[in-house]
Amino acid sequence: MDNAILIPILPLVAFLINILFGRSYIKNNAHWVAILGVAGSFIIAVQTMLDVMGGRTLNQDVYSWIVSGNFKVSIGFMIDQLTAIMLIVVTSISLLVHIYSVGYMHGDGGYYRFFSYLSLFTFSMLMLVMGNNLLQLYFGWEAVGLCSYFLIGFWFDKKSASDAGKKAFIVNRFGDFGFGLGVMMLFIMLGSLHYTEIFAKLDTLKGQTIAICGMNVDLVTLIALLLFCGAVGKSAQLPLHVWLPDAMEGPTPVSALIHAATMVTAGVFMVARFNPLFSMSETAMNVVALTGGLTSLFAATIALVQNDIKRIVAYSTVSQLGYMFLACGVGAYGAGVFHLYTHAYFKALLFLGAGSVMHAMSGELDIQKMGGLKKHMPVTYWTFLIASFSIAGIPGLAGFFSKDEILWMAYNGGYVGKIVWLIGTLVAAITAFYSFRVIFLAFHGSFRGTHEQEHHLHESPKAMTIPLMILAVGAVAAGWVGIPEVLGGHNGIGHFFEPVLGHPKVSGGHDEEWMVMAISVTGAVLGIALAFLFYVLNPKLPIRMGEIFKGYYQVLWNKYYFDELYDFIIVRPAKWTATAILIGFTDAKIIEGIVNGVPNAIAGFGERLRKLQSGNLQHYAISIAFGLFLILTIAFIAAGK
Amino acid sequence: MSYKILSTVIFLPIVGAVMIFMMNRAKEALIKWTALALSVLVFLLSVPLFTDFNRTTASMQFVEKHDWVPSIGISYFVGVDGISVLFVLLSTLLTILCVTVSWTAIKDKTKEFYASLLLIEGSMIGVFCSLDMFLFYIFWEAMLIPMFLLIGVWGGPNRVYAAVKFFLFTLVGSLLMLVGIIILYFNSGYSFDITHMMTMNYPYNLQILLFWAFFAAFAVKVPMFPVHTWLPDAHTEAPTAGSVILAGVLIKMGAYGFLRFNMPILPDASRDMAPAMMVLSVIAIIYGGIICLGQTDLKRLIAYSSVSHMGFVTLGIFALNVQGVQGGILQMINHGIVTGALFLSVGMIYERTHTRVIADYGGTSSVLPVFAAFFMVFTLSSIGLPGTNGFVGEFLILLGGFTASKPLGVLASTGIIIGAAYMLLLYQRVFFMETSATVKEHCHGDINAREVLTLLPMLLLILWIGVYPNTFLGFMDVTVQNLLLRVNPPQSLPQLTKEMTEMIEVIK
Repeated sequence: MDNAILIPILPLVAFLINILFGRSYIKNNAHWVAILGVAGSFIIAVQTMLDVMGGRTLNQDVYSWIVSGNFKVSIGFMIDQLTAIMLIVVTSISLLVHIYSVGYMHGDGGYYRFFSYLSLFTFSMLMLVMGNNLLQLYFGWEAVGLCSYFLIGFWFDKKSASDAGKKAFIVNRFGDFGFGLGVMMLFIMLGSLHYTEIFAKLDTLKGQTIAICGMNVDLVTLIALLLFCGAVGKSAQLPLHVWLPDAMEGPTPVSALIHAATMVTAGVFMVARFNPLFSMSETAMNVVALTGGLTSLFAATIALVQNDIKRIVAYSTVSQLGYMFLACGVGAYGAGVFHLYTHAYFKALLFLGAGSVMHAMSGELDIQKMGGLKKHMPVTYWTFLIASFSIAGIPGLAGFFSKDEILWMAYNGGYVGKIVWLIGTLVAAITAFYSFRVIFLAFHGSFRGTHEQEHHLHESPKAMTIPLMILAVGAVAAGWVGIPEVLGGHNGIGHFFEPVLGHPKVSGGHDEEWMVMAISVTGAVLGIALAFLFYVLNPKLPIRMGEIFKGYYQVLWNKYYFDELYDFIIVRPAKWTATAILIGFTDAKIIEGIVNGVPNAIAGFGERLRKLQSGNLQHYAISIAFGLFLILTIAFIAAGK
Repeated sequence: MSYKILSTVIFLPIVGAVMIFMMNRAKEALIKWTALALSVLVFLLSVPLFTDFNRTTASMQFVEKHDWVPSIGISYFVGVDGISVLFVLLSTLLTILCVTVSWTAIKDKTKEFYASLLLIEGSMIGVFCSLDMFLFYIFWEAMLIPMFLLIGVWGGPNRVYAAVKFFLFTLVGSLLMLVGIIILYFNSGYSFDITHMMTMNYPYNLQILLFWAFFAAFAVKVPMFPVHTWLPDAHTEAPTAGSVILAGVLIKMGAYGFLRFNMPILPDASRDMAPAMMVLSVIAIIYGGIICLGQTDLKRLIAYSSVSHMGFVTLGIFALNVQGVQGGILQMINHGIVTGALFLSVGMIYERTHTRVIADYGGTSSVLPVFAAFFMVFTLSSIGLPGTNGFVGEFLILLGGFTASKPLGVLASTGIIIGAAYMLLLYQRVFFMETSATVKEHCHGDINAREVLTLLPMLLLILWIGVYPNTFLGFMDVTVQNLLLRVNPPQSLPQLTKEMTEMIEVIK
């Protein structure tokens, strides 16, 4: 706990060393620097976790960052139960991804650069979760976004990669726009951005309203929703989800670390951190729950028909993030963060597994061109299978416990809760289906790629398979800290979070809890069975289904046309306004026309002046001096001096 | 102090300019080294302003006052406070970088070039230090001439048009200001003393009149919408050093003018005109930003981004609260650093490729990785990423603006989206994607040590202000509080009553 400040510092140092000396001196040893840094952080994070479990917390300012009038904000650290779990998630996944990358990025021209960015990302993410105030969170928030931008566009000579990076950054800025306004509102209303002070004064906001376009809006609701805008961007929720699937242009380890396990969960973390605020507004809570629920359903349906293995996993991430918000929205912040934690392991595993497949397939991503990979890469297969069982919610595995907790809490959550419970249960079944669609298409059956590809098929090197195996352990066992009482456990993690995240009221009895569990497990099993039917027993079925539901299939295949819509209503109008209206008309014709009227008259005078004398432009100087003295003389005479 | 710092940093460059002007034009190396030595010396001599500045007082420091034309109340009166001191330092620093970046780029009329550059330095420092209106006006106009020459002689193909346009816009504004100065003179007991004027209470109608007279001069310089159209032309055609001075210091004089004259001398008018100023600022932010999205010329894009960024500055200043004004002043420094750095960078790459057309570039990162890294940091600062100076300034301004007016604060905040869009678009088209033929042909090896040393101070300042802005905010804290007390008289400040109650308790 006392050396907790080193947790972010070590990756920062690693970043500085690699970025300054990587290109000329360290070169292909860059991973040593980066791994040492993050490994150190991991060890201290574990130590910190043990301290927190022992009942210690920390809230300490390091130095005053910005001071202006009554605005004061520090760089400082706060470690409580919520931070501690995030520290474990971030440092452990980061460490495994670092090790995996040694194999995956081997021989890449930007090797040192890759590890520099990974270190910078780890530092930023740790600053985000460890900050004791909202502005430092914002610092981390933007910095992880920057690293994401760097890493998505890591292979920057590819246009699609640099486009995707740019898109991620700009789409996130839309969310940050709202988030920034929320931050400012909080400060103006409460006079501080430090968590403890905000939470202490929250009651003063109760019942206050603010007039927007003549409507009186509840202040708490407004602030909560503005903050939530940021979360919608960062965690890729509707309608700002469009950047995440494109982010798959980045190297796969990046997708696992940033776009699955850590950065994209920052939105969930933020909402959980601000649970005292969100809980004060029922409207805001309902918006969070419904946004999460709808996003989870929406993304899951898209994942049904995609063929790009990474994009399927990406949509599944969007869907699972929706699950976490769904939990927060019904007040089950603990369940949401629990799912964040288990999801980190099985989703990172899915991505790294997909990376391993790509590695073997020489970069091929289309699952239709795979098949039968099981016998060529057994470790990848078995670990991928475990992760898929986990995400499908098969009892005993990590995903089951957290998902079950969320559904149970939603079930208890009143009217909106019941709706999102229904959605969540449906999504659980769909998730099982598309996850096993990947399993059956990629790993079972016979190989459908080229001969060259088939010849090249191989299991990945140890640096890659060992992290897979470790993550598989996590994908199984991570949930065991939260076994519900109905299954004979103690829901340890729920109680652990209680001091920070509270615990929602549960009205339903054990019978109902069994029922909720049974329904979701049945759904998952049905999903898997259906996938087996579609892609193993009767492979012609999906094609026929595609023909029968052609219209809907098209909509899903085109991801509900969101990209086209944004291109039409935002990108094109902005460019058109810039070139056609502002540059071509307003600036060139109107403003230039008006303001040039006066100068033109003077220019005419200047022209004559030039003709009068030698034609040298320096006359302006003389004319000023002359004019100055002339005016002054007249002025003094007028004043009678 | 063993030497008169302000007079030294004002007149040493001017004397140096005369010295260089009298040198033999064939001895180019000597000219360049003299210019460099002088600019470095001036910078070093200005450093005590940073180290010895007393941050606990709002009064003028390093003051020098001598009668000049006593019969009509003109004196040589210079001094700095928390608002101006940083600009003097920025000017002395940027001049060094202007010399180093021009080292190989300027091959023609070297002697006159460096003489003009030093002349500009002296007069712009004079502008920031003058506490006598008459003296101020002389420096204000004096810097116009060498600047005009810089654009008109060493500029691009369209340089004469741009130079004349720049000159005329500024001149018209200045003339109105001159009228304002004279009216002020008569209403201040025949005094040009600015510190005296700051304590006067002028009639309200006169204040309004004077406000617009000064506005004419300062709005053109900032430049505020809709008198900004000289800027893209001037920036685009100016040589690199000219663009750096223009963006780095010259356009700051407009905003500085608002802070030095309009607000303390005409407080009632400033308070009542503030909403109009804020509206113009927000228009500039959005208008300047969107227009950047359609630019095809590197320098023109950065020039228009200045319109947007200076919109932030004036928004903060006229928010008339501590965060807004401090943010505004800090953002002026930031903009000087960042846009200066961007123009320095563009100058470096232009020297290689001789094209400013964005479409000619692409994939520069592969060829010039170190340069690309520098440019990335400048880009990030420009879009206000936390950790860089741009964030601190922008955040304080938006906080101040939002406090003053919620709708305008919301509109101004859209600037952060637009800013990210055009800067990242620029960066992508120049540095990412496949290496273009132009870049392949002209760019070999990375930037050299001279160029790295030119950019490095900017990078360090960006991070310094981003990570520990209090060094700089501390300079202006007391001065700004004092200024705001003048604009918003004490009865409207609840903080003061709190302090008073505390005092009463102490007395008890």
